[in-house]
Amino acid sequence: MSELLLEVNGLKKYFPITGGVFGKKQGEVKAVDDVSFYVKKGETLGIVGESGCGKSTTGRLLMRLIEASDGRIVFEDKEITRMSKTDLRKIRRDIQMVFQDPYASLNPRHSIEQILEEPLIVHGIGTKEERKKQVKEMLEVVGLSSYHAKRYPHQFSGGQRQRIGIAKALMTKPKLIIADEPVSALDVSIQAQVLNLMKDIQEEFQLTYIFIAHDLGVVRHISDRVGVMYLGRLIELAESEELYENPRHPYTKALLSAVPIPDPDLKKRTILIEGELPSPANPPSGCAFHTRCSQVMDICKTARPAEQNLNGHYVACHLYNK
Amino acid sequence: MAELAKNTADITMMPAEEKLTPPWKEAWQSFYKNKLAVIGLGIVLFFIILAIAAPWVAPYSFKGQVLTERMQAPSSKHWFGTDDFGRDIFSRVVYGARISLWVGFFSVLGSVVIGTFLGIVAGYYGRWIDNIISRIFDIMLAFPSILLAIAVVSILGPSLQNALIAIAVINIPNFGRLVRSKVLSVKQEEYIMSARAVGMKDARILFRHILPNSISPVIVQATLAIATAIIEAAALGFLGLGAQPPTPEWGKMLADSKNYITQAPWTLIFPGLAIMLTVLGFNLMGDGLRDVLDPKMKQ
Repeated sequence: MSELLLEVNGLKKYFPITGGVFGKKQGEVKAVDDVSFYVKKGETLGIVGESGCGKSTTGRLLMRLIEASDGRIVFEDKEITRMSKTDLRKIRRDIQMVFQDPYASLNPRHSIEQILEEPLIVHGIGTKEERKKQVKEMLEVVGLSSYHAKRYPHQFSGGQRQRIGIAKALMTKPKLIIADEPVSALDVSIQAQVLNLMKDIQEEFQLTYIFIAHDLGVVRHISDRVGVMYLGRLIELAESEELYENPRHPYTKALLSAVPIPDPDLKKRTILIEGELPSPANPPSGCAFHTRCSQVMDICKTARPAEQNLNGHYVACHLYNK
Repeated sequence: MAELAKNTADITMMPAEEKLTPPWKEAWQSFYKNKLAVIGLGIVLFFIILAIAAPWVAPYSFKGQVLTERMQAPSSKHWFGTDDFGRDIFSRVVYGARISLWVGFFSVLGSVVIGTFLGIVAGYYGRWIDNIISRIFDIMLAFPSILLAIAVVSILGPSLQNALIAIAVINIPNFGRLVRSKVLSVKQEEYIMSARAVGMKDARILFRHILPNSISPVIVQATLAIATAIIEAAALGFLGLGAQPPTPEWGKMLADSKNYITQAPWTLIFPGLAIMLTVLGFNLMGDGLRDVLDPKMKQ
C-alpha cells in the first residue's frame, strides 16, 4: 500500500499569451504553478478546485497530452517528462484516462466494439478473437451487455457512455487511471452508480486513481487522500477524513463550509469568499489567495507560503508557519 | 464480476430485441423525405445511364456528317435537329453526357484527394506547414478561377484532358480550406484527446478518427463542385481551350453554333438545356445531401 506509483515534483505549465501581428509573446497564463505530490499504489488521490484552477491541466500534464513547462513526473522509476515519443506510447498502456464529457469522448463514427478494441490493437495485444472476447467481457464488467458491442455511441445514455469510457480505459489493464471529472456531466442519481462502479473495479483490478473533480462530496466518497488546488497551486493535501473534518487552509475551510447539508434544521456558519477569482495570467503576489482571504496577514502579500507538513497534512499557508 | 454486472444491469438494460437502424439507412430515409433532392438524384442517374448507354441510345454517330441535311429543324428523323455540318444534335448531346460527367467526376475526384490531404496536414500539424499551405491556397483563390484555369490550360496546351487537370487544380483550395477548418475543430474533440491518451500514432489518429469525422462536408461540397466543374469545362470548351472537334462537348457545341443562333436556335438550345439540367440535378442532390450530412449548414 505504501509503495509509490507516481511522483510529481515542481510541475509547471505556463501557456503563452500571444498577440499582435507577429504573434509576440505578451504574457503567460500560469495554469499549473509548481505543483508537487505523490500517489501510492492502490490509493485514490482526489484533486478538487474551482473551474480554472488547473486541475484538468494537471491531469493532462501527467499523461503528457500537453507538455509541461517545467518539473518532473516519475511513474514507477521512469521519468515520463523525459521519455521519447515511442516510450511514451508504450507507457500509455499503464496509464489511462477517463474523460469528463461522455458525449464527446467517444468517436461517433465507431461502434462500441471498435472503440473498445482499438486500445488493444494499438498496443498489439491478443488475436482478433481474443480481442473480441475481451471486449464482451469488459462490457459485462462495467454493467453493460455483450450485445451492446455492435451499437454506436449515440444510442446510449450519458451514464452508459461513461461506463463505455471506463471500459475503454480498462482495456489495456492499466495501473493508473486519471479520471478527469468523470461524473460531473451526469445526473446525480447516475453519478452514484458510476462512482460505485469505479470503486468496485478498483478493487477488482487493483487500480490506482487520480480523481479530478469540483464536487467535494463526490471526491470525499471516493478518495483516500485529497488535494485542493487554487489558481494553479496545490494549497492543501491530506487524508480524506482529516481534510474534511479538520481543514487548515482558509480557502479549504470556506469551500467546505459551502457544501450543502441535507438537514434543513441544522444551522451552520458559511464562510463567504469575497471578490472574484484573480486571473491566472496575473496572479496576486505572495500567496495567491491573499486577495480573498479572511485571515490575511502582511506576509501573505509578499512571500509565497511554503508547504508545511503537519503530521502528513500538507498545507501551504503562513498561518501555520512556525 | 458477475455480481458486479448484476448490480448495475437493471438500470442499463435495454431490450435485446430492439431493432437497430444502421446509420446509412437513417441518412437515406431523411434524404428520401426531401423531394427536390430525390428529383436531383433522378436527373443525375438519368444522365449517368444516358452516358453509359450512349451507343445504344444515340440513333446516329456523333461525328457523322450529312452535308445535305445541314441545319435541319427538329423532326421525327432528327429529334433535336442537325448542326451546320449535318450532324445529329440528339446523338451529340447524348455522347456529350459522357464527356461532361467524366470531366465533372474526375476533376472533382482529383481536387478532393489532393485538397483533403493538404487540408488534413495543414489543420493537424498547424504552425509553419499550415502557414505555407494556407498562403498558397490564398494566392490561388486571389485569381478568378476561370482565369487560373485558362492559365493552366495555356501552359499544358488545349485538350479535354488538360481542361480536366486545370479544373482539378483550381478547385483544390476550396476543398483544402474546407477540410482544414473541419480538422481544426475535430482535433479539439475529446475523443481525439482520448485517442492520443490510448497511445495511438499520428497516422492512425488522422485516418481513423479525424478523417472520417471531417469528411461529410467534403462529400456535400464535392457534389456541388461537380456541377461547377461541368460549367467550367463547358466554359473552357466554349473558349476553345477544352475539347477539340469533333468531340461532342456541350460547351464546345454552344461555341460552334453561336453564329447560327437566329437561323438554327436548336443548335444551341439543346446542349444548353443539357448543361442546365445536369447542373441543376447535381445542385439539388448536393443540397439534399447537405441537409442530411451537415444539418448545421441548413438555411
